[in-house]
Amino acid sequence: MVTNVLNYGRSGVADWVVQRFSALILAAYTVVMVVWLAVNGGELTFAQWQGFMGQTWMRIFTLLTVLALAGHAWIGLWTVATDYMKKGVIRVAFLGFVAITLFIYVVWAISILWGF
Amino acid sequence: MAALYLVVKEHALPFVTFGRGHYTVDHIDHRYEEDFQDMAMSSERPVNLDLTTFRFPITAIASILHRVSGVILFFGSFILMALLGLSLENEAGFADALALLENGFMAFMIWGVLSALAYHFVAGAKHLLMDMGYGETLESGPVFAKVSMALAFVLIVLAGAWVW
Repeated sequence: MVTNVLNYGRSGVADWVVQRFSALILAAYTVVMVVWLAVNGGELTFAQWQGFMGQTWMRIFTLLTVLALAGHAWIGLWTVATDYMKKGVIRVAFLGFVAITLFIYVVWAISILWGF
Repeated sequence: MAALYLVVKEHALPFVTFGRGHYTVDHIDHRYEEDFQDMAMSSERPVNLDLTTFRFPITAIASILHRVSGVILFFGSFILMALLGLSLENEAGFADALALLENGFMAFMIWGVLSALAYHFVAGAKHLLMDMGYGETLESGPVFAKVSMALAFVLIVLAGAWVW
């Protein structure tokens, strides 16, 4: 039996809400990025790119997006893992790998965003 | 023969399509007893062992692709983050990132991640619409699935044109 101790929000309802809020953040960031690159991507220069990503709101928006990605991916992969990985050992090992990877993504994003 | 009829009735089938038509449990009466006797005695129930004729409904395919694309994005985020970090490092890193896009293999990988993103984005929007109660019926479900796949296909082609 799969217990809910590894649930993001310890309940299906909390996971449901987090999954949708994070989806909206991820979708908004995707649209902003695609539109900006479509407009400016043609002969993009380093100064232009750094100037865009270096704005405070863009740094914060990017970090928010990576945090949303971590929550969204955790809930999604928890769902996938509990559906297809019947053996507890394999499932927990996989979810451990996912958790470490997502943690690395967040730390990496912070170091990228405030490292230039 | 009366006993066979009772077996059918005790199982309380919600409705039965057989013989002269539809019967609900309420409608079973002795006038149709012969039909149920025939059914109980017959061992020729429809069996389909031809696996090649089994198909997932398109809504199920749309759903599994949403999952697959999500898993791809979890791994693909590594590529996007690496590119972001490299491109912001300094002038040389930015040039390296652009050069990577010229590399055929890397361009293909990035197109793969963007394709997963395109599908996941559209399927996610469809999911949110379905949360709001749209596209949930037997008729509209497959239509939504087809439209989302067509939209994603267009975006994937555009992403390919963009990368190359």
